[in-house]
Amino acid sequence: MATSLKPAGVPDSIDATLELLARGQYVGDRALATVLFLALKMGRPLFLEGEAGVGKTEIAKVLSETLGRRLIRLQCYEGLDVGAAVYEWNYAAQMIAIRLAEAEGAVDRGRLAHDVFSEQYLIKRPLLQALEPDPAGAPVLLIDELDRTDEAFEAFLLEVLADFQITIPEMGTVKAAAPPIVIITSNRTREIHDALKRRCLYHWVGYPTAERELKILQAKVPGIGKKLSQEIVHFVQKLRKEDLFKSPGVAETLDWATALSELDTVALDPATVSDTLGVLLKYQDDIARIEGSKAGELLNQVRAELRAAE
Amino acid sequence: MESRQPLESANRLAENIVYFARALRTAGIPLGPGSVLDALAAVQAAGIGTRDDFYWTLHTVFVKRHEQSILFDQAFRIFFKRRNYLEQLMGMTLPQVEGAPQNDAQEALQRVQDALFQSEKLQREVQELELDMRQTVSDQEVLQRKDFAQMTAAEVEAAKRAIQRLVLPLDEVKTRRLAPDRNGRVMDMRRTLRASMKGGGDFIDLKYLGPKTKMPPIVALLDISGSMTDYTRLFLHFLHAVTDARKRVHSFLFGTRLTNVTRALKSKDPDEALAACTASVLDWSGGTRIATSLAEFNKKWARRVLTQGAIVLLITDGLERDPDDRLAFEIDRLHRSCRRLIWLNPLLRYEGFEAKAKGIQAILPHVDEFRPIHNLDSLEDLCRSLSVAGRRAMEGRALPQSAAGKAA
Repeated sequence: MATSLKPAGVPDSIDATLELLARGQYVGDRALATVLFLALKMGRPLFLEGEAGVGKTEIAKVLSETLGRRLIRLQCYEGLDVGAAVYEWNYAAQMIAIRLAEAEGAVDRGRLAHDVFSEQYLIKRPLLQALEPDPAGAPVLLIDELDRTDEAFEAFLLEVLADFQITIPEMGTVKAAAPPIVIITSNRTREIHDALKRRCLYHWVGYPTAERELKILQAKVPGIGKKLSQEIVHFVQKLRKEDLFKSPGVAETLDWATALSELDTVALDPATVSDTLGVLLKYQDDIARIEGSKAGELLNQVRAELRAAE
Repeated sequence: MESRQPLESANRLAENIVYFARALRTAGIPLGPGSVLDALAAVQAAGIGTRDDFYWTLHTVFVKRHEQSILFDQAFRIFFKRRNYLEQLMGMTLPQVEGAPQNDAQEALQRVQDALFQSEKLQREVQELELDMRQTVSDQEVLQRKDFAQMTAAEVEAAKRAIQRLVLPLDEVKTRRLAPDRNGRVMDMRRTLRASMKGGGDFIDLKYLGPKTKMPPIVALLDISGSMTDYTRLFLHFLHAVTDARKRVHSFLFGTRLTNVTRALKSKDPDEALAACTASVLDWSGGTRIATSLAEFNKKWARRVLTQGAIVLLITDGLERDPDDRLAFEIDRLHRSCRRLIWLNPLLRYEGFEAKAKGIQAILPHVDEFRPIHNLDSLEDLCRSLSVAGRRAMEGRALPQSAAGKAA
């Protein structure tokens, strides 16, 4: 996948950005292309917010593939600290170095301290890696699910995102030669502080329209029949209008389509829908609500609509 | 692609973006001069292609929250329609503002229009209903904005003084983050090595880390229906005091619908905060639809505010108007989504209070703690129970019940 694409230059217009996305098999709308183009052009981090499974993380992957840049991913979690996100010293190696120096005798202390805290003993974590020069161009830095970590880490990110530099007390400041392309995603399980958002370009990634979802489905699940894909998309679009605790995202649509094509389904029927509903809906209450007669009802509506459209 | 504009029109473009940003600010989107500069840079970078591109370029920079999107949309339409500016600039015809705005766009439109044209705000017809609803449950949704001035001056003073005296809860939960701790269990290699290098590495001075604690978020759901009238003002003062003292407090009011008043309560001055609160609520002293309100909370907000071990304070008398059995289901879901659910009920003050009402019976099995709250003493009790010691006492007491609730 990544190797088959010839790396492209940074797009110079919104249309070129749309093409870039299309080459990476990402079916995006013009609003997304606009914000992506601006982020690339202005060298600003891009903050993507939206429900789970609408393709936020995918944008960073597609960008790294099509631009031929390295993708550096920082998955956020509660308790994420500098040691895991930025850098860590290789303590074992440092200890051995100290012991060896002692064994040799005549230790020059100042020199030893300098040697032990040198790049040789530095373990680089994602944020520091992203600042390193790369012959292919500045890497794509994906900070995934920022809402999972705490405010303290957000505050730390402010410095990194504003100046693209990191201070290591023992070594000094590391500054990126070329700023990385930063994509931050959030599922909005809590509000991210405005100070961080202000440094970024903001975009809300919503559920796609039926037309676009159909294109996504055809791009991502190639072997699927036209009739089945239309039924799937219309059914999912109907589900999103239902009063559900968690509406299915695009990722769920794709999973469902894959599952159905594995089952050699040609067209949807109520029994198959009920049996495979667990792929689309992840809450028991939601499944209980849709299963059975409701699924049949929705399916009939979908069929009527599709017939009318023909 | 790049269209070179004459200098004069570029100046006008900048000027218009500044005016537009000002309009947005008045409409309620907080924007600094930094955003305006960003917008200019963005428009320069993107060039002015079509109306849609221009729209999304500005949207990218000016909108920082999903809910601001709708305000932006309305403001954009009105602003650039009125000035016919884009029309002149691009020589393209603008689509008229299409039909009637979406129903939830109506309110935003009103706000934007107020901000742009500074028209007199429409005085909503206020339905005055003078009913004593203390022991009754009103069937009707009373769209009424209640003025806090109705509280007597003596009352306000007494309440304020008392609330200031309250020692605010200091419940703490362990986080997964580590901090330097003399008695910790995890060795801190970074500090150890740094410290030993000071002495040249001759001896190694071990440093330790222990878990860091922090205060969990509080989410308060306050019933403002008719039957709760006597208490809501007091609780609002209390919530304001708590919001002031702690970092993460989310407050919601509900009667027949759910209103998020977290931002209103953020104002430092209690009077301003409470006034802002009243202004944002439409269903003062109406009926109660607990199940509907909780369902809305579960669906829209639970996943956004109940993370990181939140405590939920549910302040209601439990007198439910919704006729069906959804309440038990919704309260169960709420209970499963939070770390601790505390139900504060003013009815508990009556001697020999028995849970006969259907709503109360539905809620009771699903709460971790059930306590009276009708005067300042009980508020103080609440503070004690929110503290660490209170939690320990509570955990011992409520375990069988909550275990039964979770198993069910």
